[in-house]
Parts: sequence; structure tokens; C-alpha cells
Amino acid sequence: MNTDKKTIIVFSGDLDKVMAAMIIARGAAAMGNDVTLFFTFWGLNVLRKEKSPPVKKGILAAMFGWMMPQGANRTTLSKLHMGGMGTAMMRLVMKSKNVPTLQEMVQEAQDLGVKFIACTMSMDVMGITKEELIEGIDFAGVAGYLGEADEANVNLFI
Amino acid sequence: MSEVKLNARGLQCPGPIVMLFKQMKIAAPGDLVTIEVTDSGFKADVEAWCKKTGNPLQSLTEVEGVTVAVIVKG
Repeated sequence: MNTDKKTIIVFSGDLDKVMAAMIIARGAAAMGNDVTLFFTFWGLNVLRKEKSPPVKKGILAAMFGWMMPQGANRTTLSKLHMGGMGTAMMRLVMKSKNVPTLQEMVQEAQDLGVKFIACTMSMDVMGITKEELIEGIDFAGVAGYLGEADEANVNLFI
Repeated sequence: MSEVKLNARGLQCPGPIVMLFKQMKIAAPGDLVTIEVTDSGFKADVEAWCKKTGNPLQSLTEVEGVTVAVIVKG
């Protein structure tokens, strides 16, 4: 099989946008591609464990942690969130149409061999530690991502 | 040479392609894989998938909203 490579920068932490990234990633993996996802800024929230171990943090980092969605299943729509109503409706429709949840998509992407990289600078700025993120991911900076992107023929920013 | 039938009815994009990909990984050259799909985008998808992965598409038919594709492991 031809092993082309694709990379996606997951900057957004919005349910709809990350879902698009996950669908492309799983599709590309199923086309026999090497796929790398680089999670930075809001996108990092997708990788947070729903129940994180206790971590000692400063007050600002802790506040960020409370304010941002903790994990894929807490993400919200970029439009029509409507105080939670729109997002809840979307999840319901997705379920009735047999679309996996975002968390299941993340799991499936990992099972298909999609490589996950968490941006260490964003982690530092937002006060997110390695222990708070799901298993099976790598940690790198922009050079690490660019090294992967140089080898790829499609690089997306979502 | 063996034949496998996959039921991907009800699965949304890219579920059927992922199912096909996983089956093809364990298939031997010459094996036939038949997959039944209700996702309306699958026809174009499977053609692109076969072209990309080098597994010939033997037939592609649609009966009452169900697309049936037969793919040979290349």
C-alpha cells in the first residue's frame, strides 16, 4: 500500500471542528496514510482526561482548567451552542444517526495508528500537565510538528 | 482464495471505509470482500479508496438504497 502522509493541526476545541478533524484523520488512516494530529491551544482540551488525577497548580492554571472543557465529551459547538441546548441537540442527532461520539472517534483514530502530538508550549501556558491528558500521545513543539509536515502532502489547520 | 461479506449498513462516513480497510489488512491477495453500505457517499468513496490502495473494485451496485461493492485484494 502507498503510505502517503497527512498532518492536521487541531487548534480548535469546538465539537464540530474537532469532529471534522477526526473524520478526516480516520478516513486518511483507512486510505493507508500515516496521519499525525498536532493538538495546540483550545484543541488540547480534547485530550484531557474526564477524571484527571490531582495535580498541584497555581491559581491561574487551576482557573483555566475549570473554565475549559475537560475532555472530548465536554466540547461544545462553535455555532448554535445556545447555552448548551444546541450542543445537546447535536449530540442527540449524532447518536440517532449512528455517528460515534467525539471520544469514540478519538479512540478509533488512535486504534488506527493515528499519531497524536500535544503542543508542550500550549500545555505550559494553559497549565495542563501530561498526567491530565489521555494515554498514548507524544509531546513536542513546533519543530516536531514541522518535521512531520515536511514529509506530508496534505497539512490542515482546523 | 476466500470470500468475506461485511455488513456496514447504518455506519456513517468514514465507518464503512475503515471497516473495509481493517478487513483488507488481514486478507490474502486474490481474496474477495463484499461490503454492504447505506451511506450515500460510499460509491465515490470506495472508488477513490480502491484506486488509492491498489485493490481492484470488481463490482459496484445499488439496490433500494444499499450499495454493494465487491473488492479484490490486490
